[in-house]
Amino acid sequence: MSASQYPQGDFRAPAPVIVPGHSHKSVTEKLSDMVLTHNTPLAWVITTAIGFCLLMLLIVSIAWLVLKGIGIWGNNAPVGWAFDIINFVWWIGIGHAGTLISAVLLLFKQDWRTSINRFAEAMTLFAVACAVIFPVFHTGRPWLAIYWLFPYPNTMGLWPNFRSPLLWDVFAVSTYGSVSAAFWFTGLIPDLATFRDRAVNPVAKRIYGMLSLGWRGSARHWWRYETAYLLLAGLSTPLVLSVHTVVSFDFAVAVLPGWHATIFPPYFVAGAIFAGFAMVLTLAIPLRELYKLHDFITMRHIENMAKITLVTGLVVVYGYTCEAFFGWYSGNEYERFMLKNRIYYGPYAWSYWALMLCNFIAPQILWSKKLRQNLKVVFTVCMFVNVGMWLERFVIIVTSLHRDFIPSSWDMYYPTFWDFATLAGTIGLFLTLMFLFVRVLPMISIFEMRTMLPESHAHAKAKSEEGAH
Amino acid sequence: MQLADIRTRLAGLEGRSYWRSLEELAETPEFRQYVEREFPFQASEFTDPAGRRNFLKLMGASLALAGVSACTRQPAEALVPYVRQPEEIIPGRPLFFATAMPQGGLAMPVLAENHMGRPTKLEGNPEHPASLGATDVLAQASVLTLYDPDRSRTVLNRGSVKTWSNFTEALSLALGPQRTSGGTGLRLLTEPVSSPSLLAQMAAFTAAFPEARWHQWDPVYGAAQGGAPSAHAIYRFDRADVIVALDADFLGFGAASVRYSRDFASRRRLGTPNDLLNRLYAIESTLTMTGTAADHRRAVRPRDVHGIANALAAALGVPEAPAAGGLDAGLSSFVAAVAADLKAHAGRSVVVAGEMQPAAVHAAARAINDLLGNTGETVTYTTPVVGTPVDGTASLAELVRDMEAGTVEVLVVIGTNPLFTAPADLNFKAAFEKIPARFHMGLYVDETAELSHWHAPEAHYLESWGDIRAFDGSVSLIQPLIAPLYDGHAAIELLASINGQGGQPLLDLVKGYWTSAFDGTTADTWTLRDRHGNPFTSVDAFWRHALHDGFLAGTSYVTGATPPPAPAADPMAPAETGAVSGIDVVFRPDPYLLDGRYANNGWLQELPRPLSKVTWDSTVHVSVTTAARLGVGRGDIVEIALQGRTTRVPVWVQPGTPDDVAVVYFGFGRTTAGRVGGGVGFDTFPLRSSAAPWFESGAQVTRTGESYTIATTQNHFAMEDRYPVRVVDAEAYRENPDVVRELKPLHVNPMLSMYPDHEYKGYKWGMAIDLNACNGCSACIVACVAENNIPVVGKSQVAVSREMHWLRVDTYFDGDPAAPSGVYNQPLACVQCEQAPCEPVCPVAATVHSDEGLNDMVYNRCVGTRYCANNCPYKVRRFNFLLYSDFTTKELEPVRNPDVTIRSRGVMEKCTYCVQRINQARIDAKTEGRSIRDGEIKTACEQVCPSEAIVFGDLNDPGSRVVQLKAQQRNYALLDDLGTRPRTTYLAKVRNPNPALVG
Repeated sequence: MSASQYPQGDFRAPAPVIVPGHSHKSVTEKLSDMVLTHNTPLAWVITTAIGFCLLMLLIVSIAWLVLKGIGIWGNNAPVGWAFDIINFVWWIGIGHAGTLISAVLLLFKQDWRTSINRFAEAMTLFAVACAVIFPVFHTGRPWLAIYWLFPYPNTMGLWPNFRSPLLWDVFAVSTYGSVSAAFWFTGLIPDLATFRDRAVNPVAKRIYGMLSLGWRGSARHWWRYETAYLLLAGLSTPLVLSVHTVVSFDFAVAVLPGWHATIFPPYFVAGAIFAGFAMVLTLAIPLRELYKLHDFITMRHIENMAKITLVTGLVVVYGYTCEAFFGWYSGNEYERFMLKNRIYYGPYAWSYWALMLCNFIAPQILWSKKLRQNLKVVFTVCMFVNVGMWLERFVIIVTSLHRDFIPSSWDMYYPTFWDFATLAGTIGLFLTLMFLFVRVLPMISIFEMRTMLPESHAHAKAKSEEGAH
Repeated sequence: MQLADIRTRLAGLEGRSYWRSLEELAETPEFRQYVEREFPFQASEFTDPAGRRNFLKLMGASLALAGVSACTRQPAEALVPYVRQPEEIIPGRPLFFATAMPQGGLAMPVLAENHMGRPTKLEGNPEHPASLGATDVLAQASVLTLYDPDRSRTVLNRGSVKTWSNFTEALSLALGPQRTSGGTGLRLLTEPVSSPSLLAQMAAFTAAFPEARWHQWDPVYGAAQGGAPSAHAIYRFDRADVIVALDADFLGFGAASVRYSRDFASRRRLGTPNDLLNRLYAIESTLTMTGTAADHRRAVRPRDVHGIANALAAALGVPEAPAAGGLDAGLSSFVAAVAADLKAHAGRSVVVAGEMQPAAVHAAARAINDLLGNTGETVTYTTPVVGTPVDGTASLAELVRDMEAGTVEVLVVIGTNPLFTAPADLNFKAAFEKIPARFHMGLYVDETAELSHWHAPEAHYLESWGDIRAFDGSVSLIQPLIAPLYDGHAAIELLASINGQGGQPLLDLVKGYWTSAFDGTTADTWTLRDRHGNPFTSVDAFWRHALHDGFLAGTSYVTGATPPPAPAADPMAPAETGAVSGIDVVFRPDPYLLDGRYANNGWLQELPRPLSKVTWDSTVHVSVTTAARLGVGRGDIVEIALQGRTTRVPVWVQPGTPDDVAVVYFGFGRTTAGRVGGGVGFDTFPLRSSAAPWFESGAQVTRTGESYTIATTQNHFAMEDRYPVRVVDAEAYRENPDVVRELKPLHVNPMLSMYPDHEYKGYKWGMAIDLNACNGCSACIVACVAENNIPVVGKSQVAVSREMHWLRVDTYFDGDPAAPSGVYNQPLACVQCEQAPCEPVCPVAATVHSDEGLNDMVYNRCVGTRYCANNCPYKVRRFNFLLYSDFTTKELEPVRNPDVTIRSRGVMEKCTYCVQRINQARIDAKTEGRSIRDGEIKTACEQVCPSEAIVFGDLNDPGSRVVQLKAQQRNYALLDDLGTRPRTTYLAKVRNPNPALVG
């Protein structure tokens, strides 16, 4: 369904995905000049500097971690996993929106995705980069874990344990990371060629030239490109479901009350999309202001994403309800205790209610069209969701672990400075990568935006109308 | 002169003692000192600060000899393989030698495991009546003290390094005037002594110095309040049907507790539901292990115990019993019921008075036992086992009086540390500093050593010869397992040198005594018989036998020689009555550090105290009610003021403590203990007085507002309706033997597994733990630590719940926290699940099922994801969050068990069922072409357990003990509703309450 099906001025017509008045030339110039310029916005410099400082903190934290051991964190005997796995799941979840936008929405021909898919994909990649730090460095001996978890032929004749969900994680996350990278890079090629052609600086010209892999824009190139892109989209689509399903198995497979739940795979996937869209909005709103992208990221985009956030948020709340219901309905002493401990008697009950505030109450604001169109409100809600999704994993991981079966082993978990430093550090890594990306690569797909223009559609429309008659 | 000394020394060496090089010879401190001294006779001038020439000489000599002067440098020796293999030593196979650990003057008989000349682990001596194969916590940990790098390494004279001969010379110089005066100014202060050869030296000493005094002080075993009982009691709990403990922790305190635990447990072990149990009543002022084992427990103020004892005596009709009174109605009916029960079991019951109660309570107990005919049946009264018995507190007070009066010219302190442990009111330090010549001998340079003129290192019992009596009077021989590591000497040597036998090797002194004992020329007459009651043919045969067995069987008062007649009973006395104001303070030694003597032992510091699970700290225990009244909680620092003395200590709210009682533990807060124990915890000795070393009324407890972190290994003491410990009454069990299995948190169908079961064609290991026998002493934990090289992590790590003990003893309280109706202990290590949740989740297959049913942990393969620990419902896996194993302290290397890997950082570990012992037995069985016999493998925890609560064996062997135990109806698996099918199962606790007191 496209806007053209509605008569001019029909109130049912969706807002356009690109503000009228743009031509191929203006789109190309606007989007490539953001990069191919010497004028770096001050806000960019400040944000990148903050991100970079936090990145340095990450490097210090990891160096200290490798030097001293996991003991610098707050993890202990009942709470074997804490910030490490919370952060891992959080980042992996954030990555989800990128794949969903680029692959699933592409297959569903949701043309509005074009404005946001490029940086959503970049966000996916960077979030995965942040996420993989944790499973590697949360192990006691990362120098061994980094390769022993892969099934490689070795003189010991040892394979990893294929029954372990952590091993499934390795496959799921590495597949996800590599397919996302391939998808992202493939999509970049035509735009890299545009940069190559437009760059003035000879060094930049050369680099973009190499990266564009000899793209000349011939019909054969375009045909191959379209096929490859579609195939990659097809490959990525199951990953949207599989990655977080597998991550949820880390918990669902365990015997621990609070982890051992069949609702986890769909509930985690919904949570991931929820978190991902919240993060896309969190990034899109400031970038839109910073680079004056109002023409390309319109209120329609913001609204659509807000709606998805609202819907997936409700699915997640359904997951919470199911979890609570199962806990009660099971009649299992341990499950019931876990529920009561999580919700009201436990020392971490505050985290459950904070989670409810962030993930249940806050997104309800988005029911109102007026508030949905208020960028400050949407941004605030998204920040709530970002925090809420982190708290969700805190509730699942820490609250379930700290009081399990045998009362004598119950104990508390308190994070240390290094726990926070590592989390902040990965945020720094993410910000740094994200802003470097914005600075050197087209954050909105130029050639795809061009196809959104009415001039591109004139021929296509004529053709399709011809065919229909 | 000194060169001559060296020549005589060389000449005096026995056997083939050719020295290979001057360097080797130089290792003797005397020779080294000779080399250092350019002008041996004028050397003392160097210490004179005046004189430039001397200064220059000194500088020159120091520079020239700087390299030679490093102290206790280990000799550089080449590793040369044996040309001829020494007999009995097979590399990799340990040898065991019988010896004994002194504990308050009494023996804890042990077999020391010796790997290539270094002792690594101690086991109980199975032949010895005081051990029967088990030991206590202190013996297990003592091997670490042997290698403690902070032990005193050299003789010190006001802080400067000297030699043993300097020490003995200085001592003989100081003793010169005393010899002429008969020793009027000479005082000797020791710990309680039962060693026959040392007592013989003491006798010689007293003969040489008739005016000298010998004092004994031991703040734990030797302190008495209201007089020490005149007689020593040896109990036979295996014969007693009814036991009344009057503030007596016979299962947890003292060297006899090991044997008593065994005897007590033998009457708690149910074969069938119809077996009869003994019944224990505990009346106590502190929650003790004996109290938790009791069928009926009453928590009372400490001074009320006397009244209850008298009331019990009166109720039973003891003629000399003073008129009882002052008991409330509840206690009166309790006493009446107990009296009726005792009467019904006359001759098969026993009343036990606690060491910390005054002589009058012991008198009441003895009168009851005499009246009921228990004496001779369930209890034997003898002369005290400890020689020349004195009331330690009175003895120390007398010494202080003399010191203050200035009559003490020379004081020789051996072993004990009065500067830290003396009662506060004696003001020991001020008096001590008045003595002109102060000599100290001890394992450590402790508080007393610091203020002494001379200090000499004492040899650890594992590096010296000696002899000692056990609680039943039997004499054990102490033999060295290793040459003294740090130039240590034994007390016997010191006494010998005072008695003019200086320079004689320790072995000659000890063996000399026993040779004359064999010849019948000692003051004491000895009945020397072997274990079968046969006399020995020669001295050599006797000595060999005695060393092999570790003890002289004929010397036991119970099974061997007729005991010396008991002294007459003390008189009974009316109990104090009248109003008591304020809070009663009860003093207790820390169960592991005692008076602080083991403060530098990391194993003991970190071992959770029974019942409270506190580590690394002394606390004051108060009841829930008292804590609420005082407005204090766990970790609040309170100031306790008692008759003008004050101290500060953090609160631990301990359910089961009587109301208005503050149980103060002493032994912490050492100022100079070493790198582990120095400055750890709060010193509570400033509160203890000589008049009332065990309990005193009228204390004021006020909160200071400060709080303090107490590191515990358990924080939650309620069972939360999950019944990890299942408890039934004997009556209920008899009526319905299935009652234990019906006590489940969940009633679920037996779970089916998608996977086929493992098959076990050979052995199938399993364990059963009888909760009815376990009293929570925690010896199993420290045995596991010693056997499996488990690291010490320190207080800060315990505080964040990262202790590494593979085995823990959980404690649960039942009923109202203000007055718990039951306290239960449960040892819990990896239960080796048949369907182990840890196994499938490890991504690198580092924890796998063995073909004998063990859940094996492969350290080399572990990358440390901790998923296994998260998925372990028993939470028995331990992770090396930091580098906990000490890889840098060289002195601690030899204590490690060479059969067990030392785990590095980032690796998960857990109980292995002592797989190294299984493999050893497998090798033995294979070489002998047979299968492993039941009982051949004993896990470390099983072997040490005084009450034999833990049984390990082959589940495929229908005749094995573990199969028999698991066949009992009270056998249950922890969390069996999860379908993990653990290999370790528990036998439910069965209590035997008095029907008259129930309902």
